[in-house]
Amino acid sequence: MHMSDGLVNAPTSLLFGAVALVWLVLAALRARADLDDRTAPMAGLVTAFVFAVQMINFPILPGASGHLLGGALVAILVGPWVGTLCIAIVLVVQALLFADGGLTALGTNITNMALIGVVVGYAVAVALRPLARRGKGGLAATAFVAAFLNTVVAALGFVVEYAIGGSGGASLGTVFGLMVGLHALIGIGEGVITAATVTAVAAVRPDLVHLLRGAKTPLLRRAAGTAP
Amino acid sequence: MGAGHAHPLHLARDSPVHRLPPQVKIVAAFLGVVCVVATPREAFVVFAGYPVVLGAVWWAARIPAGWILRRAVIELPFVVLAVLLPLTGPDPRVEWLGMSLSEPGLLGAWNILIKGTLGVLTSLTLAATTSMRDLLVGLQRLHVPALVTTIATLMLRYVDVIVAEAGRMRLARVSRGHDPRFLWQAGATARGVGALFVRSYERGERVHLAMLSRGWSGAMPVLSTAGLATRRDWTVGLAPVGAAALLAFSGWVIV
Repeated sequence: MHMSDGLVNAPTSLLFGAVALVWLVLAALRARADLDDRTAPMAGLVTAFVFAVQMINFPILPGASGHLLGGALVAILVGPWVGTLCIAIVLVVQALLFADGGLTALGTNITNMALIGVVVGYAVAVALRPLARRGKGGLAATAFVAAFLNTVVAALGFVVEYAIGGSGGASLGTVFGLMVGLHALIGIGEGVITAATVTAVAAVRPDLVHLLRGAKTPLLRRAAGTAP
Repeated sequence: MGAGHAHPLHLARDSPVHRLPPQVKIVAAFLGVVCVVATPREAFVVFAGYPVVLGAVWWAARIPAGWILRRAVIELPFVVLAVLLPLTGPDPRVEWLGMSLSEPGLLGAWNILIKGTLGVLTSLTLAATTSMRDLLVGLQRLHVPALVTTIATLMLRYVDVIVAEAGRMRLARVSRGHDPRFLWQAGATARGVGALFVRSYERGERVHLAMLSRGWSGAMPVLSTAGLATRRDWTVGLAPVGAAALLAFSGWVIV
């Protein structure tokens, strides 16, 4: 969930704003290497996809539904750098045009979801890559674990920010229990849906799954006009 | 196509606030919220001043207060969090209506509620007076890297297309009797999301080729011919921020 203004004090907001900025510059530089001159249109469309996915409601229990956050999903599908840019741009647009997430909380929100979330999701997925390459079940398990840990660790990011400059009023233990407990539940949903989505993509276009790049059957790339 | 021109929180009007260069409005909104967040929470009186400043901006922008306030319900989830704080916070506690409430918890809840509300109202004011295109121009003028503004431009241009595609997929599922109620029945929806990703990615490949064939050189043409911000624009735009800064400062003096 997006943080609002006033959850953490001004110096903490600015500190994490700087952290987010450094990370975004790094991601922008590395994303170019991933996608070359296709960066802008491809990342633009994937960002639009993330935005649309957050509007799709999934059932949880009768009467309750939730939506995907998509951090681990984009990290697995398009890699950590393009994934970071996509999530960060969604957060910026949501804050500026949809009043979703505070303006001063933009730095902390980007740090939690685009930095911690994507990095954890991708690191876990890479660590489990041998399992993911083994087949559909392995890929689903990898995606589930990555999305689950991504959600929980991103919530831990909030706990750290609250510890540094929170508005107080609750012991850190309470905040920790509440956030981690709540996000463990959200993480299960996120994991199930991410796993189903990634396996669906891998079944149709395995070459589009960034995590599986360099697998046994590399995509043959030819320049236009050359004979096969 | 009609996509990428309006967003649901925009209120098209012709007012001095709407006409201000977007970069001025973005900076003003951000600094205004920084002032609010920097105000000490014990300075209760000062927080009555911020709505007056916002009200003046709404008056100048010809936005009815009710229009903004109705949309402020976005904030409700945070209210839930704020309600929890007084119940779970540490000692000392006060008795109120037979409930034992934590004093630091009450202060924390007040802090989150008032600052969160003022933040949402400021964001809504920015969104109401700035169109999507203006916002992108503003970000460009603020020297946001071209790669980021270009991605954001393409994202905003295609988001309605992708959302409509997701809507058609949902309609197709529902009309075939799809009525999921539990998480373990989400498979069809998730496979739909997978298909949506493939379609978005392939659309991106086609868009890239179309852009190349129209002479795409890696940079977007200038989006708007609106002039650069003059000194007067900055003075007018930052006037409410000045008022907010005075309020924040007086808050520090009082406490």
